[in-house]
Amino acid sequence: MLPTPSTSHICFDRVYEPAEDSYLLLDTLSSSSETAFLRDRFHETSSTPPLVLEVGVGSGVVLAFVAANPGTIFGRHDVLTLGTDINSFACKAAAQTVRHAIKEREDDRSVFLDVVNGDLASAIRPNSIDVFVFNPPYVPAELPDLSCHDRHNTIPHGKKATSFEQDSYLLELSYAGGEDGMVVTNRMLEQIPEILSGEGGVAYVLLCAQNKPEVVKQRIRDWGGGWMAETVGSSGKKAGWEKLVVVRIWKSAG
Amino acid sequence: MKLLTLNFLTCAVKTCKTQPSSFPLHPRDAELEIIEAELNLPFLRNILPRLMWEDICSVARELGLPALPAIAPIPADLLAAPLDPSTTTGGAEQEPSQTARDLHRVLLETCIQEGKLVCGCCGHEYAVKEGVANFLLPGHLV
Repeated sequence: MLPTPSTSHICFDRVYEPAEDSYLLLDTLSSSSETAFLRDRFHETSSTPPLVLEVGVGSGVVLAFVAANPGTIFGRHDVLTLGTDINSFACKAAAQTVRHAIKEREDDRSVFLDVVNGDLASAIRPNSIDVFVFNPPYVPAELPDLSCHDRHNTIPHGKKATSFEQDSYLLELSYAGGEDGMVVTNRMLEQIPEILSGEGGVAYVLLCAQNKPEVVKQRIRDWGGGWMAETVGSSGKKAGWEKLVVVRIWKSAG
Repeated sequence: MKLLTLNFLTCAVKTCKTQPSSFPLHPRDAELEIIEAELNLPFLRNILPRLMWEDICSVARELGLPALPAIAPIPADLLAAPLDPSTTTGGAEQEPSQTARDLHRVLLETCIQEGKLVCGCCGHEYAVKEGVANFLLPGHLV
């Protein structure tokens, strides 16, 4: 068992606290089948350092886990990690989580870039991402009103801390996914072919049962051009239904 | 934010992405800070093919940093010439060259703490505050 990165420095009033979904991503990325897949795809002798992007890093626990265990996951140490989040408080908290997790390791050190404040992967250079990870706001609940984002994304002038209203808004952003919980995920899925590298790019996206994962997977396969989508991790089995799944999205070689 | 991060970012405006002038983003009014990090020679060697060299050189120039070599280094340029040629083989630790140290300093230790990143295509200015760049556009927030 690889250690879970520490997030004890974070105030979870306005940043999503690691939960079952976060841990499912850690388990999936370090499972023997996924490490075999990733090691094969990003073999040190055949490729430059893989760039891992996580969108919506929240506490940073998933990105920090990858950054602290590149040898186990990729079979190489020269892995690059980059994150984005719409919540500026999460950006700062996650950067600290990743830096701390890397520092904890005596060996197996990777290179952490930054966490930038942005909408999904909109500021990422096309075709530059080798491994993409997304734990979306997947709960079927109304999206918060983004028109007040700028005001809520910073500590109010002359104040020392965020307000209760701000914190509620920022947490809503981390879980509310609109209709079927898929509004934000659908926007992200559209960007995936554009940001993934042509050679071997792979995406891991977490979905919940209400997101209708089978429909989502079929829609990805319908992109054509060799795009594949398979469930590679799951948790919370209830009467034969997986509560949460991790879907791997990639292009078959050849 | 580290200058190496700029190697992977572009303007968040959709129509800019197909325009070559949207990359790299140009730092403006930048306050830099050196945050020291351990030099990772194998990483530097392996990342060379991923670097948009001319763009990194132009960003360094715009920031008034010491000039980088005009031509992208090759892996051999990152290793210091051994003091004693008879010890070139064997398991001795390879020492980084001055080029490797310079590259490490520019890419991984030089951080933009405050300032702006400007798109060369649409002219949009993205603010950097406390080391975090903000790429949210008004259009994202509707």
